[in-house]
Amino acid sequence: MIELEARTAPSLWMSILSPIFALLITVGVATLLFLSLGKDPVRGLSVFLVEPFHGVRALTELGLKSTPLILISLGLALCYRSNIWNIGAEGQYLLGAIAGGWLALAVTNAGIDLPRWIFFPIAILAGALGGGLWAAVVALLRDRFHASEILVSLMLVYVANLLLSYLVFGPWKDPNGFNFPQTVSFSASTELPRLLRGMRLHAGFLVALGTAVGMWIFLFRMHRGIQLQVGGPSPAAARYAGFSSRSALWTTLLVSGALAGVAGAFEVSGPMGQLTPYVATGYGFTAIIVAFVGRLHPLGCVLASVLLSMFLIGGELAQSRVGLPSALSGVFQGVLLFSLLACDTLILFRPRWRRPA
Amino acid sequence: MPGLSTGDEGPSTVNAPRLELEHITKRYGSLVANDDISLAVQAGEIHSVLGENGAGKSTLMKIIYGAVRPDGGQIRWNGEPVHIRSPHEARALGIAMVFQHFSLFDTLTVAENVWLGLSRELTLREVTEGMRRKAEEYGLELDPRRPVHTLSVGERQRVEIVRALLADPKLLILDEPTSVLTPQAVDRLFVTLRQLAATGCSILYISHKLDEIRSLCHKCTALRSGKVTGTCDPTQETTASLSRLMIGSAPPKLLLREPRLGRRALEVGDLSLPRLDRFGVSLEGISLDVREGEIVGIAGVSGNGQQELLAALSGEDPRSQPSTIRLFGSAIGGTTAGERRRHGLHFVPEERLGRGAVPTLSLALNLLLTRKESLRALGWIDKGALRKQTAGILNRFRVKSSGPAAVARSLSGGNLQKYIVGREIDAVPRVLIVAQPTWGVDVGAAAQIRAELIALRDSGCAVLVVSEELEELFEVTDRLYVIFKGRLSPPIATHAATRELIGEWMSGLWPAEPAAVLGEAR
Repeated sequence: MIELEARTAPSLWMSILSPIFALLITVGVATLLFLSLGKDPVRGLSVFLVEPFHGVRALTELGLKSTPLILISLGLALCYRSNIWNIGAEGQYLLGAIAGGWLALAVTNAGIDLPRWIFFPIAILAGALGGGLWAAVVALLRDRFHASEILVSLMLVYVANLLLSYLVFGPWKDPNGFNFPQTVSFSASTELPRLLRGMRLHAGFLVALGTAVGMWIFLFRMHRGIQLQVGGPSPAAARYAGFSSRSALWTTLLVSGALAGVAGAFEVSGPMGQLTPYVATGYGFTAIIVAFVGRLHPLGCVLASVLLSMFLIGGELAQSRVGLPSALSGVFQGVLLFSLLACDTLILFRPRWRRPA
Repeated sequence: MPGLSTGDEGPSTVNAPRLELEHITKRYGSLVANDDISLAVQAGEIHSVLGENGAGKSTLMKIIYGAVRPDGGQIRWNGEPVHIRSPHEARALGIAMVFQHFSLFDTLTVAENVWLGLSRELTLREVTEGMRRKAEEYGLELDPRRPVHTLSVGERQRVEIVRALLADPKLLILDEPTSVLTPQAVDRLFVTLRQLAATGCSILYISHKLDEIRSLCHKCTALRSGKVTGTCDPTQETTASLSRLMIGSAPPKLLLREPRLGRRALEVGDLSLPRLDRFGVSLEGISLDVREGEIVGIAGVSGNGQQELLAALSGEDPRSQPSTIRLFGSAIGGTTAGERRRHGLHFVPEERLGRGAVPTLSLALNLLLTRKESLRALGWIDKGALRKQTAGILNRFRVKSSGPAAVARSLSGGNLQKYIVGREIDAVPRVLIVAQPTWGVDVGAAAQIRAELIALRDSGCAVLVVSEELEELFEVTDRLYVIFKGRLSPPIATHAATRELIGEWMSGLWPAEPAAVLGEAR
């Protein structure tokens, strides 16, 4: 019989090992799933675990997919450390995409020939404003009316989705686009600077990595960062110290909204090159898993983003190579999060074998 | 084993003891909470288990009550070896326990609370009747129909005791039962316990209050660091000799000099605040003042508005009108805790984990809650300076920890309290407000904290101490107020007050016209 016994102190080792255990469990479930579907598990696993890392192109694609996940999950980690449950990053991401799309559209329609390194920072700004604005609605409703930020942020995802649909089905629709819900393709001057010739990986990846470093400094080296993290686990201690909970609410939501918005702006002017309903990829929701798998730590968020990108790319490959639905990556994401939460029990508890009495 | 007590209500049979522990050992990782503990409790004996916080008392009681299983050793019940696997089995044997923290639902009545905890065989009416009978039998005033939220803490404890008595226990375990009672209520509790023992029920009485043990108990087992350091008849011991058993030395005596009073530091004038929730206490017309160079105490049974008053004074509850609270003459009523701290008002809250310190952060980072010396431009944290500053405080206040990087949660209650008190004293406050300075702190650390408070007073700081321990207030304060149902008594000079007088005031019976009784209240 196994019993759980409370540890005297949380285990540091387990907090590092728990994501690895969760990954192993997910691989185990994947093996069983492949076997039960009559597919070769070795082939199936290699599509998920090996091919996304095979070759320069695969690696740059991995970086490309990681970029929005890193940006969004960093903001969410800040929120969750402060006990602000923003789960509507998808909506903030879409608003960033809309703002970035609006900017690119304006530049395209005006026929201005901007150098890419000038457009790039303006696009970041537009995305940040769009996402930040959407998150500000959440902050305002929570601040003024004590509305639950969980519900408000989630509901605003649907509003953002409808807004995007309205724009691409209506005023922003490409008049020569055979009635497809999409804008015109943006001009070359709105493309993001590429990091390698011939690859889609763009400078946004560096921005994401830089943001991770900045977030680490903010969280662990700045007084403001510590203040935000006091309010999460111990609101009474924050009141005692005189740290404002309102300012924590606004700061975390605006920062996470802005980061999600930047991710959205990168997506439309980077890989997509036009605004379509398919901008809504679910990165905002996947990033929630990333943030937790990454232990709400900036470095962890980067590593977990790569891991989850691997699942996303693996899912696409599985469809073409092995003939399995790409929804499989969603299944694996879910299994990973569930097993992570289960393994996290071991951080605070120690399993003990006990002979039945 | 030494001879048994010969008190008249003591045990008369020389049969097997009611409860016998032999070589009980319990380890948590590397920590040995109970190390080879043996003790015996006879029928009808009031047996005290004496020890500082962290000595292993609670673990031992949980083992007896079946909540924790020992790693080694043997428990005998009436001479028979038993394995107590759960509190349910303990209750079936006839063991009952009254915990330090009550487990009652505020919104239900007394009888409903007790009924919920029983097996389904009895009806609510039968339980109500049973409680009434038990209460009458032991002369305990208790109305089973009252909702729990209307009860004082002492009354809630009475509910727990009657709940325990309903099962006709053979052994009753009481964990620090007097920490929430007025002196008069303590006397009443002791009458009940003696009566209970006379019927043959054994009582295990856990405490660190030496006077109580001497007046109540037949026998005493002292624990220190998980080991038995001695067994004695407490009626034959002095407070000093019991203290030596418990901590290995006699508690140091405090030296109190006459206060040298300075300016009025903290003034509260007619402060009224409506309560924030149903179970809170509204403050009504509170007036008090604290001057530089004195320690002022506020006595009272817990739950009479202490929490609310402290939050209003510290700034955690900033609803007060600006002019109702003054710091060196300037109105600070509506300001936050941070602003008040910038003006020299520091506060040590009652809850250490979660309020005075963030459990998951290191001691160094916890310093940043109230201290800003290690911050540079733009709020950059100078880690080196912060570590040095923290190490200095840990050293000066003799905090036992693995260093500035230790997370707050890893410290024992007493050590964390030393750290928090140290953090605030080290800031050289102009006014220091301390809630329950030595609650749950061992005797040695308590003496150290009290000495630090007095040293602070002598250096010219104004100190306000809110405590439920009367002994402590009599030991360190120069003047006393008493709080009852959100109202504050007039002040009285501590040397002019007696325990009996303060005890009466703690029930709200202070004179409307103060001057006549109080004499010169400085």
